[in-house]
Amino acid sequence: MLRSWIRSAVVLLVVAMLAAACGNDDEPSGGSSTSTEIKVFAAASLTAAFNELGPQFTAANGGTKVTFNFAGSQALATQIQQGAPADVFASADTTNMDKVKDLVGTPQVFASNQLQIVVEKGNPKGVKGLDDLASGDLKVVLAAPEVPAGRYAQQALDQAGITVKPVSQEDNVKAVVTKVSLGEADAGIVYTTDVTAGGDTVDGVDIPADQNVTATYPIATVKASSNQAKAQAFMDLVLSSQGQQVLESYGFLPPPTS
Amino acid sequence: MTGTARRRRAGGRSRIPALLLVPAGLALGFLAVPLAGLLARTPWGSLGAELATPRVLEALRLSLVCSLGAVAVSLLVGVPLAFVLARVDFPGRNLVRALTTLSMVLPPVVGGVALLLAFGRRGLLGRWLDQAFGITLPFTTAGAILAEAFVAMPFLVISTEAGLRAMDRRFEDAAATLGAGRWTILRRVTLPLIAPSLGAGVALCWARALGEFGATITFAGNLPGVTQTMPLAVYIALETDLEAAIALSLVLLVVSLAVLVALRDRWFPTA
Repeated sequence: MLRSWIRSAVVLLVVAMLAAACGNDDEPSGGSSTSTEIKVFAAASLTAAFNELGPQFTAANGGTKVTFNFAGSQALATQIQQGAPADVFASADTTNMDKVKDLVGTPQVFASNQLQIVVEKGNPKGVKGLDDLASGDLKVVLAAPEVPAGRYAQQALDQAGITVKPVSQEDNVKAVVTKVSLGEADAGIVYTTDVTAGGDTVDGVDIPADQNVTATYPIATVKASSNQAKAQAFMDLVLSSQGQQVLESYGFLPPPTS
Repeated sequence: MTGTARRRRAGGRSRIPALLLVPAGLALGFLAVPLAGLLARTPWGSLGAELATPRVLEALRLSLVCSLGAVAVSLLVGVPLAFVLARVDFPGRNLVRALTTLSMVLPPVVGGVALLLAFGRRGLLGRWLDQAFGITLPFTTAGAILAEAFVAMPFLVISTEAGLRAMDRRFEDAAATLGAGRWTILRRVTLPLIAPSLGAGVALCWARALGEFGATITFAGNLPGVTQTMPLAVYIALETDLEAAIALSLVLLVVSLAVLVALRDRWFPTA
């Protein structure tokens, strides 16, 4: 009884460890020595673009793998402050990059983004602009004010002098798109790129330039990283014309020229 | 439940090999050290100020409303379900029992998505609710209660069913031979006899509802005063204001601990 109890515990532990090892170890068996890995903490809005850049980086860097941690930039900044093992941090705003400025190298802006109103496919409620969001008939979802997208949205609404009562403040920008694509909400304010990434389920309504807000995306290597060279290489890839092309294909704009 | 029963039977005299104290100590440390970490980082000086903010009070109030609401829903429909599972023999009973407990093991976020697809504005039932009555549950306090009940109800059902199965049915038979009707037996004999199990079930159900996060934020969203319960407030605060998050966590910890201590003697008798 005792022996079988201990034995089953040990078996479970070994299985768990093997499974964990497998998960980390899916490179082709040709990779001889322990190939390195970097962890990139990136804003949720970068999900699709960075997922495409990942394999390109691996191919160009001798099999060095990239693991992404996508979340709201504010969450990532907190994680880095608490010592999470990040090598690179790509934020959707400068505010959250500033929060960790003592922990990262010199940030460089690599992209910018604008806001759009996300509505259900075909825009059944006929939303034309920010004004329409103020009417009480629409269920509007925003990102929480702590999230960059939420703060930008509030900025845009303030500029336009519009007060919106959201039915929910989601904890990241992708959740806003999800709520609209599921039909739970009628409209939300998100990045242009999120509407593009939303594909067939949602449509975007443009916000005129005088009401719009430009989000700038800085990227930096993390000082605590044990792999500065590879971290820098990833940052270089994002800033290269190759990286910029990928970002552009997902609807990102080049860094503002100023 | 079964654990306490076993402990009671074993009594306080039984000896254990001293070697077991090592892993036991590890387990205790593993469970207790994170709490110590929370206490160590608590901003005691500014705790009062952190907690007196309208946002925290609002989240606390909402958490109480929602968790108690979830317990009420569970009592209303979960206890009858436990009676059916314990007392009525019908084909597929094991399947029903498995279904009942599914949401205990389901990741809460998955539960939230499932709730959206069922009770959302475009969901299986939600569509009809919306069209027929103009009721939409997502983004409402009722939705948050529903999400918490979905996750917490199994705890009450299981506990109650176990109580019903363990009780001595001869008391019911005696009452019946003395001419008591079914409702009278239920009220005067059965419910008092299973009160400890029912109480433990309520406590577990309530604690689970109070801590619910994944299903709530997925199904009901996150709006202060409407659906932002304490765990959601902790999560959002964690990303910008660690001190506020710790203060909020401390409140949840104290409330949970207080309930456990208060209920312990009454519902979890030891030896």
